[in-house]
Amino acid sequence: MGASVRPSFSEGLGGEQGWPKALRGRGPQAVSGILTALGRAGLWSPRRQLLLATWQALSRALVTMDAESLLLSLELASGSGQGLSPDRRASLLTSLLLVKRDYRYDRVLFWGRILGLVADYYIAQGLSEDQLAPRKTLYSLNCMEWSLLPPATEEMMAQTSVVKGRFMGDPSHEYEHTELQKINEGGKVFEEEVVVQIKEETRLVSIIDQIDKAVAIIPRGALFKTPFGPIHVNRTFEGLSLSEAKKLSSYFHFREPVQLKNKTLLEKADLDPSLDFMDSLEHDIPKGSWSIQMERGNALVVLRSLLWPGLTFFHAPRTKNCGYIYVGTGEKNIDLPFML
Amino acid sequence: MEDSTSPKREKANQDPREAGQPWEEVTAASSQGLESGLSEPLELEQGLETGPQPRSPPQSPQSRASIPLDDLTGPGASYPPSPPQEASYTPSPPALARQDLAVPWPSDKTTSVNPEAGTPHFHHLEQSSDKGESTASHTFQSEGSTFRQSQQTKHHLYGPEDVNYNNSKQKELRFNIFQDEDSNSNYDLDYAEPGVSELAPSMLEITIQSAKAYLQKTSSKSGLNLYDHLSDMLAKVLDERPENAVDIIESISQDVKMGHFRKKLDTLQNENEMLPTYEIAEKQRALFLQGNLEGADQELEDEILTDTHPIQRCRFWGKILGLEMNYIVAEVEFREGEDEEDVEEEDVTEERDDADSEADEDDEDQLPRTFYKTPQAIPKEENRTGANKYVYFVCNEPGRPWVKLPSVMPAQIVTARKIKKFFTGRLDAPIISYPPFPGNESNYLRAQIARISAGTHVSPLGFYQFGEEEGEEEEEVEGRRDSFEENPDFEGIQVIDLVESLSNWVHHVQHILSQGRCNWFNPIQKSEEEEEEEDEEKEEEKGEEPDYTEQEVGPPLLTPISEDLEIQNIPPWTTRLSSNLIPQYAVAVLRSNLWPGAYAFSNGKKFENFYIGWGHKYSPDNYTPPALPPVYQEYPSGAELTEMDDPTVEEEQAFRAAQEAAVLSAEENEETEEDEEEDDYDQE
Repeated sequence: MGASVRPSFSEGLGGEQGWPKALRGRGPQAVSGILTALGRAGLWSPRRQLLLATWQALSRALVTMDAESLLLSLELASGSGQGLSPDRRASLLTSLLLVKRDYRYDRVLFWGRILGLVADYYIAQGLSEDQLAPRKTLYSLNCMEWSLLPPATEEMMAQTSVVKGRFMGDPSHEYEHTELQKINEGGKVFEEEVVVQIKEETRLVSIIDQIDKAVAIIPRGALFKTPFGPIHVNRTFEGLSLSEAKKLSSYFHFREPVQLKNKTLLEKADLDPSLDFMDSLEHDIPKGSWSIQMERGNALVVLRSLLWPGLTFFHAPRTKNCGYIYVGTGEKNIDLPFML
Repeated sequence: MEDSTSPKREKANQDPREAGQPWEEVTAASSQGLESGLSEPLELEQGLETGPQPRSPPQSPQSRASIPLDDLTGPGASYPPSPPQEASYTPSPPALARQDLAVPWPSDKTTSVNPEAGTPHFHHLEQSSDKGESTASHTFQSEGSTFRQSQQTKHHLYGPEDVNYNNSKQKELRFNIFQDEDSNSNYDLDYAEPGVSELAPSMLEITIQSAKAYLQKTSSKSGLNLYDHLSDMLAKVLDERPENAVDIIESISQDVKMGHFRKKLDTLQNENEMLPTYEIAEKQRALFLQGNLEGADQELEDEILTDTHPIQRCRFWGKILGLEMNYIVAEVEFREGEDEEDVEEEDVTEERDDADSEADEDDEDQLPRTFYKTPQAIPKEENRTGANKYVYFVCNEPGRPWVKLPSVMPAQIVTARKIKKFFTGRLDAPIISYPPFPGNESNYLRAQIARISAGTHVSPLGFYQFGEEEGEEEEEVEGRRDSFEENPDFEGIQVIDLVESLSNWVHHVQHILSQGRCNWFNPIQKSEEEEEEEDEEKEEEKGEEPDYTEQEVGPPLLTPISEDLEIQNIPPWTTRLSSNLIPQYAVAVLRSNLWPGAYAFSNGKKFENFYIGWGHKYSPDNYTPPALPPVYQEYPSGAELTEMDDPTVEEEQAFRAAQEAAVLSAEENEETEEDEEEDDYDQE
C-alpha cells in the first residue's frame, strides 16, 4: 500500500473507469451533454465529484494504483471552474500512457491547458528519477498526439517577454514585434526598425517555464534530498496535518531555491536540510498572492495563485493526494498589486 | 491443572503488565498478539509449574488453556489450546519476520520462529532441534497492558534453575518505562542451547542482557530508548516495505519518533479538525435527503432557497472565486407583487453649500460661493427592470445560508468599471480603492454580477422573441424593447451552426449604458445645470458617449453577438465544440474572451449561461487607476480674494514716504490756512 499518488495526474488505464457511476448506462448523448456542461466548468459541485471519484478510487485501490489519480485530481481541482470533458479525459489517459512508454519517462504528469483563441494547448510533462531535474514538456492540440517542446533558454524568455495578449492556438503562428535595433554599418550607427518574428511555440515554452518557476508548488515533506544530490519522492509522506495545511509556509516552490540562501542563520537552524531545501511560499512578493482555501470543511485545501490566475493546487490533508494544474490564458496578472 | 496454573500464569502476566514491561513486541498497527504462537511455548520446563511462567496468552479474556504446561510431556505434545490460540492470533508474516530481525542474537536462532501463521505450535513442537528462541510478547492495545510472553523452547532438559533464571532475569530487566499504549516493542531473548551446560549460556546471556540493557536505557530527554525505537522502525519498514529502505531510513526514524507524539494528541485534535468537515457534510446530507434526487447540488440548494423566499424562477448563475472564500451565486426572480422592499438610500445631495453660505452671512467677509454642485445621484433602476431585473443570492458554500444582495445603483456600476479588486469572500469587507467605491463588497459583487450578466448572457437566435410592443414609443426611446419571452416555436439550431457563426447567438440582457443604468435617465429634468462626468469608454458596445444631456443609447436587446466589438483584434467570443470525437452529440460551448470565465453552452435546443471566475474583465493592457482630476476651481477668484504679494521694503518705504508727504502737505495746508487765518486775524 505504499504506493504514492503524489503529484498525481499520472497516466492510467482505460477511460471507462473515469465515468461516474451515476451516468453509466445512459445514452452517450445524455452523458456527454450532462458531463460536458457540468464537468467542463465544474458546475457539478466538486464535492459530488469527489465523493464519487473517491469511492471509485477506494474500491479499486488494491487493484490499480494510479489509474484513478488523474481523474480524481482533475475533479479535485475543478473547483476553480476548469475541467475537461469526458472524451478528453479518456483520451488523455490513454495517450499519456503511450507517451510514458515511448519517451521512457519515469512519470508523466498532466500539466494543464492553455486556452488559445482558435485552439487550446494541452500540456504534459515527463519526469525522470530526479525530481528537480528539468522536465520535458510536451504539448498536444487534441490530447492524442504529443509533440516535444524544446527546453527553455534565457534568450527565449527575453524574446517573448515583449509579446502580449492571448495565445492564438496555432503553434506556427508568428507574432510580429517591431523594435529598434542599432545596426553598425561601417562606423555609423543606424537605428532601424526591425520586425522580429516570434513563434508561438517559443512563447509557449517560455510561458510554461515561467509558470513552473513562479508558481509550481509542492507540500513540505513530499520530497526529500539525499546527500548524493538527487531528490526523491518521500515514500513516507503521509500528507500535511490540518494545521499545517492552512499555513503558507508548508508549501514550497517546486524549483531550485532562490531565497533560501538569504535566510539568516537563525532561521536556517530550524530547517531540516533534507526536507527544507526549497523556497517556501511565505515570502512571496506581493504578499497575499496566494489564495488558500479549505473546501468541504477541512477535507481539501486548495491554493490558487493570483499572480498567474488559473493555477490551482490542491491537497487532501493526511493523504498523499496533491497536485497542481494550470488552466488559463497563459498571461500573468500584472495588476495584482492593484487588486489586493 | 491447567486451571490452577492458568491463574498463576495470569498473575505472572499481570505482574509484567503492571510493571510495564518494556519489552513487548509492538505491532502497532495491528493488535495482534501473535508471535507467541511462534515459538510456541513448548516449555517443557513448564512441567515444573513453578512460578509464573510468563507464557500466558496475551489475551486475558482468552483462557490460557493453551498453555500446555501440564500437558507437556514432550515436544510432541499437541496442544489443545493451539487451535484456539491460533485463532486468537493472526500472526502476520512481517511480524514474525520482525521477530526474527529484532532478535539479534545469533547462533541459536531458532527456526521456531516460524512465519507460518497456521502452524506455529506444531513447529515448535520439534523442540529437539530448537535452539534459541525468542520470546515474544504481545501488547494489547486495547488493554493498554503489555503482556509478556516469553517463549522458550527449552529443552525439557532444563531444570528449574533455568526457569528461575529466566524469571529472575525478566524481573531484573524490567524497566518501568511505560510508554504509549501501543508502542513497546521488546524482545526478551531467552534462549538456551540444548546441550550446553548451564553455565555457558549464562555468560553469553549476561553479555547479551547487558547489551540489551544498554540499548534500553532511557533517554533523559525524550523518554524513549533505542531498543524500542529500533524495533518500531523495523516494524514500520517491514509493514510498509518501501523501496530502497536504506536510503530513507532516516526519515522513517523521524516519522516513528513523531508518531509517538501524534498519538497522544490525536484524540484531542481529531475532534476539532473533523468537526467543520462533518458539519458541512451533515448539512449537505440533509440537503440531499430532502431533495431525494440525484441532481446537482445547486438544485437542492435552490430548493431550500425557494422554500424561504417567494421565488418564481431560480437559476444557478455561477461561482465567483475570492481570496478567503468563494461565492456561489443564484439568480432569482421573485413572484410578481411579492418583492421584498429594499431600503432605499437615495442620497440626493442638493447644494448644501447654500446652507453654508447662508450661515456665513454674518461674517464680514462672506465666504465665496462655490460653483461646485454635486452631481445629482442618478437614481437606481426600479426592481425588475434593467440592471435590477433579477435578484441575486449568494452563499459561500453549499449548506450555508443564502444572503440576498442589494440592488445595484448606477453609481456603483460606474465606479466598478474603474476599479479592479479581488473579492475576499466576506460580504461586509470594505472596498478600498480609488475612486472610492460607494459601498462594501456586497455592492461591488452585485455590480460585477450585473456587468457580467449584461455582457455575457446570450442565447441562441430565435430562442427569445420580443413580446408585444409596449404602447407608444417615446421620442427618446429608439425602438428599444424591454421585454422578451420565450419563443414557443423555437426549433433549435444545429450545433455546428452555433459554433461556426456568432450571429446565431444574441444577447438577451440589456446592455448597461455608461451612465450605469439600462434605461436612460435624463438628469436634466430635475435640476438646473448639471455637469456630467461620464468619461469611460466602452470597449464592447457601440454606446455613444453622452455629451451633457445627450441620451445614451446602447445596442438594442437581442443583438447578435457578432456585433460585439473586438479588443485589439481578439474576437470577443471563442466557440468550441465540446468534443471532437463525437460531434453528433457534442455541445456547442461559447467562451467569452472579454470576461474570462463566462460560458454559454447549448445543445441546439437548450442553452445555459454561467460564470466561474474571479469576476474581472479582461484587458490586454495593464490596469491603470484613473488619474486624479485637476484641482477644482471652487469659487470665483476676485480681487478681494486674490492674494497679493506683500510689499517689499522699498515699496513700503516709498509708500510711507508718500503718505508722510501727503500728511505733510495736508498739515502745511492747514498751517497755511491757519497762518492765513492768523494773518487774517492779525490783520484785523
